Amino acid sequence: MKRFIWLTSLVLGGAVLGGCATPPAPYDYTAFQRAKPASLLVMPPLNESPEVKATPGVWSHATRPLAEGGYYVLPVTLVDETLRGNGVLTAAEAQSIPYPKLREVFGADAAVYIKVNRYGTSYKLIDSETRVDVEAKIIDLRDGQLLWSGSAFASSAEQSQQAQGGLVGLLVTALVKQIIGTASDASYQFAGTAQDRLLGAPRFNGVLPGPRSPAHGKPMPAR
Amino acid sequence: MSCCARGVRLAAWAALVVLAGCAQPSKPLYMWESFPRQQYDALLREGVSPLEQIRTMEAHAEKARAAGAELPPGFRAHLGKLHLEVGNAAAARDMWMAEKVAFPEATPYMDHLLKRLDGPVTTESKKNPT
Repeated sequence: MKRFIWLTSLVLGGAVLGGCATPPAPYDYTAFQRAKPASLLVMPPLNESPEVKATPGVWSHATRPLAEGGYYVLPVTLVDETLRGNGVLTAAEAQSIPYPKLREVFGADAAVYIKVNRYGTSYKLIDSETRVDVEAKIIDLRDGQLLWSGSAFASSAEQSQQAQGGLVGLLVTALVKQIIGTASDASYQFAGTAQDRLLGAPRFNGVLPGPRSPAHGKPMPAR
Repeated sequence: MSCCARGVRLAAWAALVVLAGCAQPSKPLYMWESFPRQQYDALLREGVSPLEQIRTMEAHAEKARAAGAELPPGFRAHLGKLHLEVGNAAAARDMWMAEKVAFPEATPYMDHLLKRLDGPVTTESKKNPT
């Protein structure tokens, strides 16, 4: 009986652990821990997708995860105005501004550089998928050092792995989903999920919790 | 029999500890409401008028006050920007000062904005009236 219980708990424990498992190698936080940034400037995200709303969609979703992670995040709408007021009209131009200049104008400790690799709804034969892929790096504006980098995505396919109703039903579902997806700006919702996964803290290999977070200075999630 | 009961309890504890390891404790630091959406609308430059946004944000601030919740970083700064858009520079200044009080980390950037509100902007507009 005793042995049976031990075996069961081992198997159960293994199953639960397996459920949480993600890639192994832990991030090297040496530079991040030494830099201790408190305020973050989120730069306008570079857009590699054909969807023009990708930059505002992803940019507007950056503040919440980073602020809940314990950082002061400079107001993106005002940063946008300041950049435009200085003749910087594209994300590419903004992301090439020298660090000392950014530090002088915005006074932030570090800057967050985001790239959107995918944003939007694509129609496939039997289904449509709304998907947002993002990657980011955090650079210390005081010395130009890389503090952190990572990537994440969110997709409608995570929820609707299965559909019913035969091939015609599937085709109709796919078409309807794309129409709804486009009309209601579904990508905006998935941008929120992707950004939470990318920038939320504490997460395994994610951004370290900042000084305003109760998790600040505590060990990061092991997996 | 008592040995087995103990074993079950142990196994249950072990499972609980492991599960707790996956769970993220989440009491939000700030009351967000529709603030991310407001920022999105502002960045898109379409749709909602500044006056309408000011009303929404003031209702949000009132709700946070009543609940004893904190307003997110940038909230007061963005509200200040909206006030400026409708020509109320005094209210904009108040909001940017309030952002500094709530978040001292904002000081350098708010000072930059306040300086433009007071000085260089007016001299510039005198130099080249457009």
